[in-house]
Amino acid sequence: MYIKSPKRLSIGERTYIIEILKGLGVTISHLLKSFWNMNGRPTVPYPDVKRKAPVRFRGRHRLMRRPDGSPRCVACMCCPTACPADCIYIVAGEHPDPKIEKYPVSFEIDILRCVFCGLCVEACPVDAIRMDTGIYEMSDYTRKSLIYNKEFLLKGEEAK
Amino acid sequence: MLDIVIILCKIAVALGIVLGMVPVLIWAERKGSAFIQDRIGPNRARILGIRMGGFIHNLADVIKLLTKEDIVPGNVNKLYFIMAPAIVMAVALLTFAVIPFADTIELWGRIIPLQVADLNVGILYLIAVASLGIYGIVLGGWSSNNKYSLLGALRSAAQMFSYEIAMGLSIVGILLVFGSVRLNEIVRSQGELLWGFLPKWGVLVQPLGFLLFLVTAFAETNRNPFDLPEGESELVGGYHTEYSSMKFALFFMGEYANVAVGAAIVTSLFFGGWQVPYLPTHILIEKADMLFPAALSILAIVIILLGIKTLSVSLTRRYRYNDLRDFEGIVFGVPMVAIGLAIGLFLLFGPVVHFSDTGSRIFAACMQFGTFLIKLVFFAWLFIWVRWTLPRFRYDQLMRLGWKVLMPLALVNIFVTGVIILLCT
Repeated sequence: MYIKSPKRLSIGERTYIIEILKGLGVTISHLLKSFWNMNGRPTVPYPDVKRKAPVRFRGRHRLMRRPDGSPRCVACMCCPTACPADCIYIVAGEHPDPKIEKYPVSFEIDILRCVFCGLCVEACPVDAIRMDTGIYEMSDYTRKSLIYNKEFLLKGEEAK
Repeated sequence: MLDIVIILCKIAVALGIVLGMVPVLIWAERKGSAFIQDRIGPNRARILGIRMGGFIHNLADVIKLLTKEDIVPGNVNKLYFIMAPAIVMAVALLTFAVIPFADTIELWGRIIPLQVADLNVGILYLIAVASLGIYGIVLGGWSSNNKYSLLGALRSAAQMFSYEIAMGLSIVGILLVFGSVRLNEIVRSQGELLWGFLPKWGVLVQPLGFLLFLVTAFAETNRNPFDLPEGESELVGGYHTEYSSMKFALFFMGEYANVAVGAAIVTSLFFGGWQVPYLPTHILIEKADMLFPAALSILAIVIILLGIKTLSVSLTRRYRYNDLRDFEGIVFGVPMVAIGLAIGLFLLFGPVVHFSDTGSRIFAACMQFGTFLIKLVFFAWLFIWVRWTLPRFRYDQLMRLGWKVLMPLALVNIFVTGVIILLCT
């Protein structure tokens, strides 16, 4: 491999002093700029200001409802099949309405395992699961509370 | 009896400067580095919404360090392990004893030098005590029984010995020019004018000496371009790896106290110490009636500008906290502007102040003390500024710079200074 030898420093650079002064100039200019225009700094002061998630951001899941309020999910098992992290558990049950074959008796997402790839959303044939809540703060105190059940997911963005 | 009281007062002032500078410097280091790197810096710790731009974090740190478990690991040499941080801190405090913070003041027939100890070996004491600081670091590193600590201590010892030579030699030039080792004498001679228009500051008569001294002072305080003793990337924490709780805090405070002391020495030797530029002591005393309003008006303007800045930062913030923090800027800004305006109104419409003889002497001492503090803070800031600008030296580069560049340059400086003084007299 051809390695470029570093450029030989000129005498002015080898005495350091001018270069050090230049460096000090750079840092003090940043300091003055930050001091003069406090709002110009790029940092988002996170807990006080929350960054708005972009439209296609994959946040926490939610389950969609039919017009009558029951879950849109038909328990087809497409999403657990597509899920690379095996984090979706569905127990299917027979739906009373003959036009609808099945419904989820329980629908759980283990958010600790979820990798937020969005394959479940793409796999769903009836658009029952979405990740468009834009919620990215999902920390909690127990592991159990991080396994989301059907009722929680149906509440969507309002669920806390 | 009165003598003892006066000395105790002076000790209190000197200790107050060093120990007061420590939290200020820690705050300046955090906030300054944040601003240099376009960050926000500490702003979370608060008492009833008062954050003082992150200053409250120091309080939080003190509480944390005081209540933490003080671990003394097994297999350490306990005596030295406990002694080491104390030595570092004590040495930093001792050095300040010979720094004059104002001119000798004559009050009610009693002559008071405003410096804790006016030693006739001033600078020699300074160098002697400063070099004791190595003991703290070496003992700390050695007694920890930890190879990283030992390596850090070894580096520190080698570095300090190497740079002490250049440091001592760079001061010789100053001694030649001012012809005294008493620090107060040196500072007093810096009040004269050079060619009639420049203050005869050490930096103007000894520019090379100043550069050498500054570089070696950085090395002596183990600050950034020369902070190999605690090079995190190589040595974990260096000599204080095994320390915790208040012992660690003492090392940490010792570093900042050393910065303050280093800044004080640079100020005293090269930037005229307490000398107000162009205003020697006798003029300060004679023209006190005239200078008092001028000084006050400058103070008022600075306070008003700071108050306006505080207010505007708070009012133009892009977001609200929806708690007491929203009012912080108003709580600080409005009184500041009000105090500034009050001083201004007093100057415009208030009675004209006439100083008695004693009063004007005290005024002169205050002016000099203020000037000394301003210079001190600037050089302390320089230490921080350089730390966040320059990368760390490699060990061989450090040794090469110390022995092959700084020491010969210091010798050349002494020679040239000596020749010029010989030719001029």
